[in-house]
Amino acid sequence: MREKATYLLAVLGALVMIYNLHVIFTGLPDDALQGMIFRIIFIHVPADLVADTFYTVALVTSVLFLAKKNFLYDSITVSCIEVATMLILVNLVTGSIWGRNQWGVWWTWDLRLTTQLMKFVLYLGYLIIRPAIAEPTQRATMSSIVAIFAYADVPLVWMAIRLPNVRTNHPSPVLGNGKMAAVYNAPFGMGMLALLLIGSALVLIRLHQETSQREIDSVRRELHAI
Amino acid sequence: MDITNLTYLFYGYTAAFIVITAFVLLLVSRSRRIDRELTRLKAMVEDREKA
Repeated sequence: MREKATYLLAVLGALVMIYNLHVIFTGLPDDALQGMIFRIIFIHVPADLVADTFYTVALVTSVLFLAKKNFLYDSITVSCIEVATMLILVNLVTGSIWGRNQWGVWWTWDLRLTTQLMKFVLYLGYLIIRPAIAEPTQRATMSSIVAIFAYADVPLVWMAIRLPNVRTNHPSPVLGNGKMAAVYNAPFGMGMLALLLIGSALVLIRLHQETSQREIDSVRRELHAI
Repeated sequence: MDITNLTYLFYGYTAAFIVITAFVLLLVSRSRRIDRELTRLKAMVEDREKA
């Protein structure tokens, strides 16, 4: 059942993505200031928003693990964080390419970009350090604490272009304030939906792997006992 | 049409799909490794129980 749901999500996500790419490249007018390159927004921003959604799920499941000590919550946390970190990499790479075209540089130590890079490094650190702790309960507890602290960077990134008196090269917010032309809303929403469906399928696959890994650990213990 | 602009747009989407595809391949490879390991260990448990 879970396998079917995973495939269904992945196929639906891929179809929405393909249809949306068709709309983005053939049905939208160029931006008056940026030209064609503005179309990168349809993958750059959704990648971050979907990643933040998964990071928020990871925050909730981390707290739940600490409260209830149920390993399912730990599995959901690591699955969400792994997929979200991959999406943040997509966000950083596409943003860098857009920046090279629009600003003439691949990277600048601007508040928004720096906090976003911090987010990537913090969660990458979580994924790298986690396997170093062998004892499952200790690993899950430490991982949950790190995941909760790492989440502190998520609102920082959001605020980085909204705080007063902060100089930033990054474009100001365009969502929800009418600054983005209405014709771009549908492809933007579809971009979000496609990545959310694909991301959810990847989280389910990763969750299945975590469950299997726990089964492997259990069989290993059984082997030692025989 | 601004070709420089188009080139960078192409780079952007290509890079995004390379990252996603690489991650999917990583997951597939890890799934295979885990399945193989689980099958091997279960066979070992059965062998030891028989013996």
